[in-house]
Amino acid sequence: MEWFETWGLTVTVFLPVLGALLLGFIKKDNEDALKRTALAITVLAFIASTVVVANFDFGGGTYNTYQFEVNETWIGAINANYHVGIDGISLPLLVLSTFVMVLAVIYSWNHWEEPKNPKAFLILMLILATGMNGTFVALDLVLFFIFFEIVLLPMYFMIGIWGDKSLRQVPGFSKPFETRLYASIKFFLFTLFGSAFMLLGFLALYFESGNLGDERTFDITQLTELGASGAFAGWSVAGWVFAAMFLGFAVKVPMFPLHTWLPDAHTAAPTVGSVLLAAILLKLGSYGFIRISLPILPEEAQVWAPWIAILAVIGIIYGSLACLAQTDMKRLIAFSSVGHMGFVMLGIATLTDIGINAAVIGMVAHGLITGLLFFLAGSMSHRYHTREMARLGGNIKLMPVIGGILAFTAMASLGLPGLAGFWGEFMSLVAAYNPLEGLSLGVFRTGMVLGAIGTVLTAGYMLWMLQRVNLGEPNPEWEGHDFHDADKFELTAWVPLIILIVVIGFYPKVIFDTTTDAVTSMVDMVFGGDSTTASISTTVKGG
Amino acid sequence: MNWINHLAILAAEEGGHVEITAGDGGFWGDTAWIMLVTPFIAFLAILAVGKRLKHHGGEIAVAALAINLVWATALFVLNMTEGVLDTTNTIEIANIGSGIVFELGWMLDGLSIMMYFLVNFVGLLVFIYALGYMHGDVRVHWFFAAFSLFAGAMLVLVGAPNLIQLIIGWEGVGLASYFLIGFYWEDIANVKAGNKAFMTNKVADVGLILGAILVGISIGHFDFRHLNEAAVAQDPALAAVAVAGGALLFFGAMGKSAQFPLHIWLPDAMAGPTPVSALMHAATMVTAGVFLMARMFPLYQNFLEDSVRPWMVAIGAITLFAIGLLALVADDIKKVLAYSTVSQLGYMMTAVAAGGYTAGLFHLFTHAFFKALLFLGAGSVIHAVHSNNMSDMGGLRKFMPKTFWTFVIGSAALAGIFPLSGFWSKDEILATLNYEGYVLVMWIAIAGAFVTAFYMTRTVALTFFGTYKGHGHPHESPRIMTAPLIGLAIPSVLFGLVNIPGVEIPGVSNFTTWLGVSVVGLGDHHAESIDITLAIIGSVAAILGLVAGWMIWGKDRDTQQERDWFRLPGLYPLLRRKYYVDDVADGLVGVTMGPMAQFVNWTNTYVFDGIVNAVGGATKWLGGVVYNGLDQRGVDGVFNGLSAAADSAGSSLRKMQTGKVQQYASGFVAGVLILVVLFVFVI
Amino acid sequence: MIVNQFLILAAALFSLGVYGLLIRRNIVLILLSVELMLNAVNINLIAFESMLNTPQAIGQVFSIFVITVAAAEVGIGLAIVLMIFRNRRSANVDDLDLMRY
Repeated sequence: MEWFETWGLTVTVFLPVLGALLLGFIKKDNEDALKRTALAITVLAFIASTVVVANFDFGGGTYNTYQFEVNETWIGAINANYHVGIDGISLPLLVLSTFVMVLAVIYSWNHWEEPKNPKAFLILMLILATGMNGTFVALDLVLFFIFFEIVLLPMYFMIGIWGDKSLRQVPGFSKPFETRLYASIKFFLFTLFGSAFMLLGFLALYFESGNLGDERTFDITQLTELGASGAFAGWSVAGWVFAAMFLGFAVKVPMFPLHTWLPDAHTAAPTVGSVLLAAILLKLGSYGFIRISLPILPEEAQVWAPWIAILAVIGIIYGSLACLAQTDMKRLIAFSSVGHMGFVMLGIATLTDIGINAAVIGMVAHGLITGLLFFLAGSMSHRYHTREMARLGGNIKLMPVIGGILAFTAMASLGLPGLAGFWGEFMSLVAAYNPLEGLSLGVFRTGMVLGAIGTVLTAGYMLWMLQRVNLGEPNPEWEGHDFHDADKFELTAWVPLIILIVVIGFYPKVIFDTTTDAVTSMVDMVFGGDSTTASISTTVKGG
Repeated sequence: MNWINHLAILAAEEGGHVEITAGDGGFWGDTAWIMLVTPFIAFLAILAVGKRLKHHGGEIAVAALAINLVWATALFVLNMTEGVLDTTNTIEIANIGSGIVFELGWMLDGLSIMMYFLVNFVGLLVFIYALGYMHGDVRVHWFFAAFSLFAGAMLVLVGAPNLIQLIIGWEGVGLASYFLIGFYWEDIANVKAGNKAFMTNKVADVGLILGAILVGISIGHFDFRHLNEAAVAQDPALAAVAVAGGALLFFGAMGKSAQFPLHIWLPDAMAGPTPVSALMHAATMVTAGVFLMARMFPLYQNFLEDSVRPWMVAIGAITLFAIGLLALVADDIKKVLAYSTVSQLGYMMTAVAAGGYTAGLFHLFTHAFFKALLFLGAGSVIHAVHSNNMSDMGGLRKFMPKTFWTFVIGSAALAGIFPLSGFWSKDEILATLNYEGYVLVMWIAIAGAFVTAFYMTRTVALTFFGTYKGHGHPHESPRIMTAPLIGLAIPSVLFGLVNIPGVEIPGVSNFTTWLGVSVVGLGDHHAESIDITLAIIGSVAAILGLVAGWMIWGKDRDTQQERDWFRLPGLYPLLRRKYYVDDVADGLVGVTMGPMAQFVNWTNTYVFDGIVNAVGGATKWLGGVVYNGLDQRGVDGVFNGLSAAADSAGSSLRKMQTGKVQQYASGFVAGVLILVVLFVFVI
Repeated sequence: MIVNQFLILAAALFSLGVYGLLIRRNIVLILLSVELMLNAVNINLIAFESMLNTPQAIGQVFSIFVITVAAAEVGIGLAIVLMIFRNRRSANVDDLDLMRY
């Protein structure tokens, strides 16, 4: 097992891309072989990640020490290394990623969007998997950036090729666009725009680290060391660097007002694409905040935290209100992500252990719940050939199983206690009541109240959706249609999610046992020191 | 240190008299968790195999509650005979950092054991009744599954050792309520009723959740033991947030317990099947708010005495009186009972808010039996005549005697007729209000007692007397439905006797002792002997209501389909001629009841419902504005505008690309010439 | 040695070439105009070489380079023209606007 201790993460990360290569050698029309290979690869990657869990030392240790660590020279010229490792914060997210990927492949089994091309689709999915897994384990900024960007391309093609083919009039343009093109380009440009600034931020850190330490470095652990010791506190442009990285991560989360790519991309994407987007891609942004922004530039984080909190709360209220105006079911679910990720960001902005814990469990829960919602929306539009809620109704009568699962998932999504979604929302409100010392209590407590009101709005639109989609008599236009209820592939993909939502709901310890030690020691290490550095940084910025 | 001991010391100073023998319940206590689990197992089992069984899973639900009742009864008896149990078992479900720990578990003390018994006893009878009531209905397996889910969530709620588990149970019962109110979801009106219930409660839950955060974080513990200890010890950290936290928690309780003006959901909730109304929207779920107030009683007792408490009492008083009046104008028999339930919840809340721990809980206890009985009786009637409207009923006492007699017993208990259970509990509330100095509220409560008797008489008269006005031939319900009626009628009659002031049942003391009230209910007034004056005043009010009601609706049998007494112009002279109390009734009824009830009904419909609808509409409108105006044109417009600008610049510039080589060459030559001129003549 | 007269000749020849390049529509004639311009350059090279008389005879060497390149250019150019003519039955540059926007 010693071998695995070293290379376990590498296997988890790169297995999918090797699988993608392997798929390249299989004939395009041999659909079965393609599917079986892809499934085997993703299952192996999932098993690898569970072996990581099994060998993970939950005793904790202090923050900034990683397990399964590999640190090999990669690009010597710029001192960028192949440095991967995992701790309590990234472990749940890595497992979530490998797990959802397996379900996505299972679901794909008999759900191919036109133009049907299983080979290309599966290859893109596997590349996507490598990018996502890699982002969660990368401990080098260059490596992180590359994984972060790898994710972009497959998703761009997924949306652009298999997305919604309807035409869409965009204000300001004379000719209508194909929705898939509009959405995919928007998604790509938005993310690229953010990443460009993020890269600038990384480079600034690289050069500044040379001024402070012995040599310039992209290494997250070393930069964290510097950041936690307050080395970046007096840096005149630290605020700009934080802002640049903020842009990159905030687009991905997405935070208001950078969220407008999300409803379009989620709505236009093929089902599996939406699921992966919601379940994992959005988490890359909030994970970046926790792993990079906060520990490396803690002083700036304290300056910016109230603003992040304000944007997060606006996102919660705003996203929920926007949901109430939707007529398209999938778009409603997409907009709900804005609100839910608002809770995640509110938790992060408090800069406390409870808040960051809330963010991690919020991310996992949102991944499971919204992923499942998108699966359901996909399966339903597959059957009805429409997503207009006005035309649906009485779904639970036509398809009891799908309707029942939809009701369950909507309840989970509105944060019903006892299901996974509750803990993230509740704990970020708890954290907002007592943010890190020195942060404005007024802002955060107002945020807490508004966030709580946001939960009411969330319940409102979810119930409204259930009323229009699930309940009542079915629309007469479906009379005579013979709808088949959930098939075995759909159930195989969904039931594990349902079980996890319930298990995490009643026993969140499964998540907190991994995260709490890491999060607590991180907050101690990064924000626990004397608060003078923070005040210095504030004066510098003010002056 | 055990908080009950704290209380004991303080209570001793104020003349408390019961010794504490805090036991742990032995085997029954250690295994009490079974009660919290069986309903959930039943839920899953019914979903899995219910459809294939004879009663569509009803037998599983009944079996689960029957098992539970064994434990609940055993604990109840242990609590009576061996002294008040006091133990908590928990498992940690999360350590979220900063020393905050979430736990699940089960609590055994007087309050929770009383609730276990109540929920399981009434629940079991209602479940058995439902076997008959739901027979042949649609989706019976789903009915019993959701009902079992409710029972589980309710037990999780009442067994909660901390606020977190309470919130889980709290929203769990809300979920079950949503499912069951919208049980007949083909009709969108029922769905809307479910949504209304869920949303009203969700609004209140903001208070619950924020209140829980405030008080929990202030001392770093969410469990009731620490919270109550801190409250008793006047912990300064808790004191700092106590007023806000207590008020917020009360706001949460107002939603679940349907206090004015958050009561609006409860009448609509009658859209669900009648057993649901009986168990959830009368006996157990709606009392969760009162239960929460009782759980956090030391907080209110020690910190909120002067600030929030009078407001809480006022809200309770408004609820008990104003909403009670509404029952006078309803035609739907379930609506009458629903308004009545709201009114009775107002009594409980008033009592607990005023400091009457036992009084409130005792009324909660007795009310559960007779109100469940009334609902089940109403269900039996509805089952027979296939209508909810009393204008379709009448004269049913001949057709369904068992239903009739049990309904009468329930009505009498509710009206507070001596010596039925309602009499004792209502009297205790009056005594408490008097003792705590809320004299005005006490008189309102007495007037409420009059109203209660008044409308219950009307209901009985319109339903069971006169001539039958419906269709078909009604007949008595099957035994599986009448047996639970009798099973509930017995406690409705007898359970008032368990807490006669100053009387201790040999060997087991009384209800106050079982609750551990003399120690817990700091400042609670449990009179050593019965307060004869108040008892007489209360009884007179009830009897007056009964007589007045009978005179108006019972006397003139041919016109009793005319529901509202003021539509009967012949009534005034009749009353004035025959009884000397006519003038009183005239003044009381004519001036107060008619216009006021109508006014309150109008306010309820147009003001409060109106506000809710307006808020809903405005929010939707705001959503539209935010989405269409701000998001699509504003925020998104900026980004679309940027790319549109790039697009139009490109399309005008590309016109230069003519494809004519010689044009390019001309440009090239012109450029060369310019350069030549520059180099030769300028530089 | 005075080079003025050679330079005037070369300038005239070059201008003729430019004129032809811009005005003629036939591709073959355009190619010939390009040849004219190249030869004007050659005349300049030779003229300056004989004036400066460099030891390595740079002028001559470069003019030979130019002639070689010109020959190759004409070869490829004519081949392209031929292919275009075969495909489109025309050697008129105005018809060749495939690269238009």
